[in-house]
Amino acid sequence: MSATNPPPAGEAAAAARIAESAAPAARSGDDVQGMRYLESRTRRLVTLYLPLGAFLFVLLFPFYWMAITTFKPNAELISREGNPFLVLDPTLAHLRKLLFDTAYPEWLWNTMLVAVTSTFLSIACSVLAAYAIERLRFRGSRYVGMSIFLAYLVPPSILFIPLAAVIQKLGLFDTRLALICTYPTFLIPFCTWLLMGYFRSIPFELEECALVDGASRWQILSRIILPLAVPGLISAGIFAFTLSWNEFIYALTFISSSEVKTVPVGVITELVEGDVYHWGSLMAGALMGSLPVAILYSFFVEYYVSGLTGAVKE
Amino acid sequence: MAGVAITAVQKWFGSTHVIRGVDIAIADGEFCVLVGPSGCGKSTLLRMIAGLEEIGEGTIAIGGRVVNQIAPKERDIAMVFQNYALYPHMTVRDNLSFALRLAKRTTEDVEARVARAADILGLKDLLERYPRQLSGGQRQRVAMGRAIVRDPQVFLFDEPLSNLDAKLRVQMRTEIRELHQRLKTTSIYVTHDQIEAMTMADRIVVMRDGLVEQQGAPLELYDAPANTFVAGFIGSPAMNMVPGTVRGGREVEFAGGVRLPVPADARAEEGQSVLYGIRPEHCAPSDAGLPADVVVVEPTGADTQLYCRFGGQDFTAVVRDRTHVTPGERVMLRPDLKRSHLFDASTGRRLAA
Repeated sequence: MSATNPPPAGEAAAAARIAESAAPAARSGDDVQGMRYLESRTRRLVTLYLPLGAFLFVLLFPFYWMAITTFKPNAELISREGNPFLVLDPTLAHLRKLLFDTAYPEWLWNTMLVAVTSTFLSIACSVLAAYAIERLRFRGSRYVGMSIFLAYLVPPSILFIPLAAVIQKLGLFDTRLALICTYPTFLIPFCTWLLMGYFRSIPFELEECALVDGASRWQILSRIILPLAVPGLISAGIFAFTLSWNEFIYALTFISSSEVKTVPVGVITELVEGDVYHWGSLMAGALMGSLPVAILYSFFVEYYVSGLTGAVKE
Repeated sequence: MAGVAITAVQKWFGSTHVIRGVDIAIADGEFCVLVGPSGCGKSTLLRMIAGLEEIGEGTIAIGGRVVNQIAPKERDIAMVFQNYALYPHMTVRDNLSFALRLAKRTTEDVEARVARAADILGLKDLLERYPRQLSGGQRQRVAMGRAIVRDPQVFLFDEPLSNLDAKLRVQMRTEIRELHQRLKTTSIYVTHDQIEAMTMADRIVVMRDGLVEQQGAPLELYDAPANTFVAGFIGSPAMNMVPGTVRGGREVEFAGGVRLPVPADARAEEGQSVLYGIRPEHCAPSDAGLPADVVVVEPTGADTQLYCRFGGQDFTAVVRDRTHVTPGERVMLRPDLKRSHLFDASTGRRLAA
């Protein structure tokens, strides 16, 4: 809106309101930034806080449901009386059943071990693949990039059949190694593509400069590219970790013994007996299973965002 | 230190012939500036000297050693990039010492060299900072410091000043020049700015379309440009080129029947089509000469630039004294015959006696 044109009447009133509300805001603190002074409080409520609130509600409600179900006694769980969103008589019985009557701690350990190992394995492979495709410029590098991406498009729900045969032949059936070896099949393509984008944002001159400075390819990768790509590595790592933490179909097919199961599979196969759902323990397992990922995210969230938005600033 | 010999070098990018046979011999300790419009191949040539591009044909020798098949790190060169290419995750100290540490020098040696470079460039107080905490000029200095610490045989500069603002550019120009006088290291400097070339170079190489148009000392190029391209490229504002025909052996006739004597050192044949080259600073308002209609008057304080029209084309004149000429007026501009040139209208070559 230019200052020279007289605004229409409606807009004039709005402008007056804006002026009114902006004045105290501007006085109240230094945290008012940019063009925010133009927005009235009502406008902010409608355009920002209401959608944000709705979004948060949708995202967080499952967690709330898991939490209250964990602490509800069975009687309350199946009762049709009372308010289903409240816990009247909290109990630790479900947690106790989960921790002491099932192999849940072992599942947690298995999941952790498998997720961490396959993540590191995949990142290491992806770094080399992405760097080679992006920067070594060999003949056909683009097609290699494309074919790695195509591999990612094959759905695991189909791929598990041939993979099961491979796992069987290798004698890895029903071991954690089976998962550590198969998770990279979907982690590597994913991480490679993410890192390719990140490496692309690192200026070429830096490498050329290092080359003139006397660095070898390996030194360029380890001393220039990797330190600069840390945000990208962290976001790739978090993604890979979350994907392998939540992985279900391979873990379900390749694992049968209780002591090598992962959390998603263990909880489903051992806390659902026929048509009996142990809701309390199921939800306790889900809640505790999602905590490590949540903690991981909260530590790295800043890196994670900057990794996704890319760009190395000099 | 060493000289650089570029012999019959050619280069193709796919089917594009970017360098079409270039010969340049740069003496030990010389400051050589490669200048030309963008796309003329000057940066490619520099990158070939650095080893960042393969040499298509011909040879490049540094200090008498042909380096065609030698990796950049073995060539004993240092390069300053246009956007500085400082490692963003390292402090100034680490940036300066990176190459030395790669070369596995002793800690004392590294520290001494970094201290010396920091001293020369006034970076002492900035050693623990990161590149993002530095101003443009400071980054530029760090980039040069990174070249100095290695004490290489040749410095290569790839348009190092083009990211700086005008004032800082002038200042850094002097600094680089001063540095060269102090270190006496052979330097090859690429720029598209002819003023940078004129002020800094011992020798200028003017390039166009992958060929060397002319090379020589700055004033040689200014006083005796080999062709219309060099004449128009060196000097600011650019030289005026007025088309005309030689009449009677001693005079050139322009559109509208205006005649000027042939310049002192030029020789042309009767009836030949020529371009009469007059630098804006070498013509003065007078009672006789070229009748030009003033379009715009631009006083800069030190002098006044007159943008005129003569015979249907633009003509610029720079007047040293204060002038009261107003737009729309007609002035008579008389060229300095000793400093004017004649060029062949078809080949563009200068017609010298």
